[in-house]
Amino acid sequence: MTNLTPLREPEADGRPFWAAAAEGRLVLQQCQACGKTRFPPRHQCPHCWSPDAEWKQASGKGEIESVTIVRRAPTAAFRDLVPYAIVAVTLAEGVRMITNLVGEGALNAQIGDKVNVCFEQRPNGALPQFQLVEPK
Amino acid sequence: MMTASLRNSAVVLGVGESDIGQVPGMTGLGLNAQAARRAIEDAGLRPDDIDGLLTAYSFTEPYFMLGSVLAEYLGLRPSLCAAMIAGGASPGVMIGHAAAAIAMGRARAILICCGENRATGMGRDDAVAALTAVGHPWYEAPYGAFIPALYALIAKRHMNDYGTTREHMAAVAVQSRANAALHPRAHKKAPITIADVLGAKPVSDPLGLLDCCLISDAAGAIVVTSAEFARQARQKPVWLHGLGEHHTHEHLVAAPSLTQFGALESGRRAYEMAGVGPKDIDIAQLYDCFSIVPIIEAEELGFSAMGQAGPEFAAGEFGLKGRLPVNTHGGMMSHAHAGAAGGLFGVIESVRQLRGECDARQVADAAIALVHNEGGILSSHCTMIFGREPR
Repeated sequence: MTNLTPLREPEADGRPFWAAAAEGRLVLQQCQACGKTRFPPRHQCPHCWSPDAEWKQASGKGEIESVTIVRRAPTAAFRDLVPYAIVAVTLAEGVRMITNLVGEGALNAQIGDKVNVCFEQRPNGALPQFQLVEPK
Repeated sequence: MMTASLRNSAVVLGVGESDIGQVPGMTGLGLNAQAARRAIEDAGLRPDDIDGLLTAYSFTEPYFMLGSVLAEYLGLRPSLCAAMIAGGASPGVMIGHAAAAIAMGRARAILICCGENRATGMGRDDAVAALTAVGHPWYEAPYGAFIPALYALIAKRHMNDYGTTREHMAAVAVQSRANAALHPRAHKKAPITIADVLGAKPVSDPLGLLDCCLISDAAGAIVVTSAEFARQARQKPVWLHGLGEHHTHEHLVAAPSLTQFGALESGRRAYEMAGVGPKDIDIAQLYDCFSIVPIIEAEELGFSAMGQAGPEFAAGEFGLKGRLPVNTHGGMMSHAHAGAAGGLFGVIESVRQLRGECDARQVADAAIALVHNEGGILSSHCTMIFGREPR
């Protein structure tokens, strides 16, 4: 799927996430007090409320927790893209992303399939997406 | 003095709904006003009796401060007024706050009113586009993850973990339509079959068009009063026995689980407050924005074992003649869905069932009703238990 819609201007909490994505890297916040990784980005840890966090390079590896194929586009921007896959991915770091599965086999993916991060270029940045490690 | 429980703290005295379906000649506020007028008439009250007003939100009208806007529109000058937003859980949340306010003596008769003209006020494409607004603006929406897709992820995982099938979910839709056919104001009454649901236009696998709730023009209204105030009214009050909320997330990306949600805890709190359990419930109005949702709720609220609600819907156990009639008015899949009003119609139907006013769809001797409201992506939960007598 190719979508040329500009990304929404990053908000302050997630600026490092989007800056890294533009360079083709996935980064996640890790709490320096309790050690937990959090997503979406936040000013403070939702587990222990510490504001001290470090942006860390993520493995980019995960597993499909659930998958759906969208066949009715929500907006005009997605009309030419249907059918497309939305997946809930559990990352190795323990957090979930709701994202697109793209590339070979995306429309036949199953719960439990292993995935890797990839990036879709947009006019003003890049959007992290995922692809199957072993397309069937 | 603080009372720990809302049991018997308030009654629903009047209920009303606007014209429902495609109502092109009316604004959302007009629909609210019509529902409010009908609820007040039903209660045997006059507008002057109302001293509190609670409403929720509207996607179709360009107002801020919707509580004050609605008070202005209705010509009310209430002593308690607000707009409360918990998505589909808003009606239950408003009823909880209204009952607490009444218990504290802050008001005696609170009008709870919500709904909008979502069918004709914004057009189908805009209404569907609005469904992206609930997704996280940065971490869900850019992926084309609108509400049906997010619920589809939940449905798919339930199917995977518990063996729920598309046929089970279709049975929920078919049953709702059959019940709606017996309701004089329901939006959709034409009968549908399992094959119709399975063959309907696909939206987001495994959900097809008939697995999704309607987009209606509709508003609902109820009048919540103190028991003392109700004593002088001619209408028969319906009693609030218990109410519980639980809120675990807003966005699915941050949900604690894709298979366990807050209905378990909101239900536990409501049952405890009411002093009843699932087996004591005679009818249940379960939030049904998508066909998977009543299945999950029936399991979390203790009506079915995990993984059994689907087969039990398919076997007719939750039909009008079943062991526990569910969504006797047709729910949001066939009666009406318009913003926050969807869950309020479950309350309105429960009140009518407990009063014995439901004619062809009346459940014989219904004495205790459970209503579950849910907002977001199974994010905000409110369970209510009502009865025809105080307990």
